Amino acid sequence: MYFKKNFNKSFNILLLRILIIFVFILVSFFIIIPLLPLFLKSFSDNKNNFIGLENFINYIQNPSLTQSFINSLKVAITTTFFSVLIGFIYAYALTRTRLPLKKFFNTFSLFSLYIPPLAVAIGLIYIFGKQGLITQGFFGTIPGFDINLYGFNGIIIGEIFYCFPQALIILVSALNLSDQRLYEAAESLKASPLRKFLTITLPNIKYGLMNSFFICFILSFTDFGVPKVVGGNFNVLATDIYKQVVGQQNFAMGATISIYLLVPSILAFLIDKNFQKNEASLISGKSIPFKPRKNLIVDSIMFIFCSLILILVIGVFSSIVLASLIKIWPYDISLSLQNFRFSNVAGNGYEPYFNTVFMSIYTAIFGTIFVFFTAYLVEKFKPLKKIRMLIYFFSTLPIAIPGLVLGLSYILFFNKPSFSVPFLDFQIFNPFSLLYGTMGILVLANIIHFFTVCFISATTTLKQIDKEFEEVSESLKVPFYKTFLRITIPLSLPTILEIGSYYFVNSMITVSAIIFLYPAKIPVSSVSIVNMDDAGDTASAAAMSTLIVLTSLFVRLIYEFTSRNVSKKSSVWINPLET
Amino acid sequence: MKKLFSFAMGAAVIGTALAPSANAWWWGKKGSEKASITVYTALEDDQIPNYLKSFERDYPNIEVNIVRDSTGIVTAKLLAEAENPQADVVWGLAASSLLVANDRGLIQGYAPKGLSNVKPSFRDPAKKPSWVGIDSWISAFCVNKIEAQKNGLSIPKSWADLTKPEYKGHIVMSNPASSGTGYLSVASRLQNLPSEEDGWNYLDALHENIAQYMHSGSKPCKAAGKGEYPIGVSFGYRAVKQVNMGQPIEAVFPKEGSGWDVEANALIKKDKIKPAAKTFLDWAISPEVSREYAKSFAITAVETDVPLPKGFPSNPEKQLAKNDLQWAAVNRERILAEWAKRYDGKSAPK
Repeated sequence: MYFKKNFNKSFNILLLRILIIFVFILVSFFIIIPLLPLFLKSFSDNKNNFIGLENFINYIQNPSLTQSFINSLKVAITTTFFSVLIGFIYAYALTRTRLPLKKFFNTFSLFSLYIPPLAVAIGLIYIFGKQGLITQGFFGTIPGFDINLYGFNGIIIGEIFYCFPQALIILVSALNLSDQRLYEAAESLKASPLRKFLTITLPNIKYGLMNSFFICFILSFTDFGVPKVVGGNFNVLATDIYKQVVGQQNFAMGATISIYLLVPSILAFLIDKNFQKNEASLISGKSIPFKPRKNLIVDSIMFIFCSLILILVIGVFSSIVLASLIKIWPYDISLSLQNFRFSNVAGNGYEPYFNTVFMSIYTAIFGTIFVFFTAYLVEKFKPLKKIRMLIYFFSTLPIAIPGLVLGLSYILFFNKPSFSVPFLDFQIFNPFSLLYGTMGILVLANIIHFFTVCFISATTTLKQIDKEFEEVSESLKVPFYKTFLRITIPLSLPTILEIGSYYFVNSMITVSAIIFLYPAKIPVSSVSIVNMDDAGDTASAAAMSTLIVLTSLFVRLIYEFTSRNVSKKSSVWINPLET
Repeated sequence: MKKLFSFAMGAAVIGTALAPSANAWWWGKKGSEKASITVYTALEDDQIPNYLKSFERDYPNIEVNIVRDSTGIVTAKLLAEAENPQADVVWGLAASSLLVANDRGLIQGYAPKGLSNVKPSFRDPAKKPSWVGIDSWISAFCVNKIEAQKNGLSIPKSWADLTKPEYKGHIVMSNPASSGTGYLSVASRLQNLPSEEDGWNYLDALHENIAQYMHSGSKPCKAAGKGEYPIGVSFGYRAVKQVNMGQPIEAVFPKEGSGWDVEANALIKKDKIKPAAKTFLDWAISPEVSREYAKSFAITAVETDVPLPKGFPSNPEKQLAKNDLQWAAVNRERILAEWAKRYDGKSAPK
């Protein structure tokens, strides 16, 4: 008996150590090592001669490039403020009120995330552009109103569309896990609603709140799609990288700007890290889920707020659908379905569409498993503290890497048949190079590109589950994987499904990372949207976007259905939306 | 601890070794009896299937995998893949981009069959040319007739017209820092006024009227087509195509002559050059496919009997302004730096 106990415990720890190291190797090879060639590039000229800090100095001395840095900061700060505010109110409505039609609002909460950024831009141009519905006052029937779309305003609107659902995901998972008992206690002490909000709700979600600031800031700081299309002459860092790499083939300067782009992200990371030191678990084995009560005033305000947000999003989507049906906006407004045939435009018919769907399914499955397991190992165990810290750090890095940069560094790394060992005449075969030119590289690029949000969402959930569960299991001699399968996974199921659907919709719409990577035999639809739009076939681009949005919506409905059924079987307090 | 580490390493290697075979399964690689080549191209999506018809008919045993993207992306991809080139052939990419690729040693000189039919200004003069042209694309203005009338603008006929005060805020143009079309317009202005200094003075005046510098070559024309801005400085094929699509566009070829670049082919340098790649390059300048090129482009490298496509000026060769491609390539970095200093720094919103 004594022997068995010892065996169990040491085996448990050994297995854990192996797994942690294994995950460490994977994240190193997928996240950090591909970045090394990029770092080297930033210290060399375009002929690969080492030139030290010259690129960095050139950058600082170029006033138009430093202006972009300031512009990016402005965009990021404004976007973060509005995205988190909107995301918070919407998440609060979903989790803490008796919002009418809650299921509907929940299902459509991520709707704006389903729309490819390029399509958002197309939609915005149809509404707010010089010939837009609102700018021209609905064909002159009411006075028009020009918001000066191209530039700062357009970027902010587009970025909020993209960022607020990201904040929403994190805040919903933070708000979802709460303890009814705290509120009951506050009630019996006659605390005012404001006081309850300030002393229970806010402190409980401060970690999630901080994370959503962090995510929104970095996403809008590094995003490339929106500024490219509606940015006008308002330059930001990401479009500068595009101009350097794509316009001038100046990889060295592109790499240098990428490093400047990484700096604020790393600062944000350090602040975030410092902040969560004091985080304690909120959900213990004894917690009771929060049950919102009816409150006519709050509920109706929330209803109006959520409806307004959805109307805006649906408005943009409708204009995309309209764009796909109209022959020549705004001069020939006859309708036709011919744009959905794609046979004359991208040359590949529906093939890119199906490739994209498969790619997104693979990304969702493998990505979710990888990300959740990584978060679990980092969050729940004591061994190998330093390595776990490194895994955490690596996992938060991808968000700071703009897609274009990720794509480029993946080409540089994964297309290398072998590495030469310094000072020795010896070559090591690069096993990862076999991935190049396959579906695998696209899936991997997507998994890494969207890793951080999923990882943080998973850690936020895991952090809120009491470590007591692991401790009790250990003293009961239950191996950790059983605890993982029987307790952690069921408790985290809403988050796991959320991560899966997040991976899916993002892979459906992503362009920047895979535009360099996609192999000749595997055309993908988001790239063909860019190509169709470039070729002037806006209507076909809009048609393909419509298909993508409908597919994501369909998947979301499946998700809603499964999560509802699954959570019924596990635990009551996972999904307060059910009550 | 050490043992553990090597075990983990082993597991990692096995895991990654299995991954690609799983991928092969996902993708289901098939048809290995066919010779296959990968072709990178910046030709338009809707042109490619028509061009390829005769190749597919004559060489049913060669499978052609097309990777199509904009000039900048294709070039960036070529350079990024330098260590392990994926493409066998480049087809219809800006000669100025191929000059860059050649400069980095990525191109293998090759004289395709029928090279003598190619006009001398459309190829690298070397005996084994690094690039061989197929057609030329030229700058043009897209003017939206309806919007021009609404705003009381006359149709501009020349580069000089564009600097008139009436057009202030009504012109969009491709950004030369991100678009080859933008660069050919700028480079052409710098070469066609009495001195480069005059060229910059012209661009200063033009800048006063520009509403937006856009990221791609075709965007300005598309914006004009949708009436976002009345005038877009873009390129000829785009303008003519939109006219034929029924948009209220007038394609204007400026009086002083158009900037131009050549769309050209090249053989990629790699350890094993496939014979099929050379076959493709021979075919790509054949009279038959050149006739197809001539249906979209006013000027082709190989003379054909195809009538001029609708909408182009009647003597297209005359429309070409003076242009030294080599000069434009060598001075590119300097010109773009100067351009960015003058116009890009000011582009913060007012």
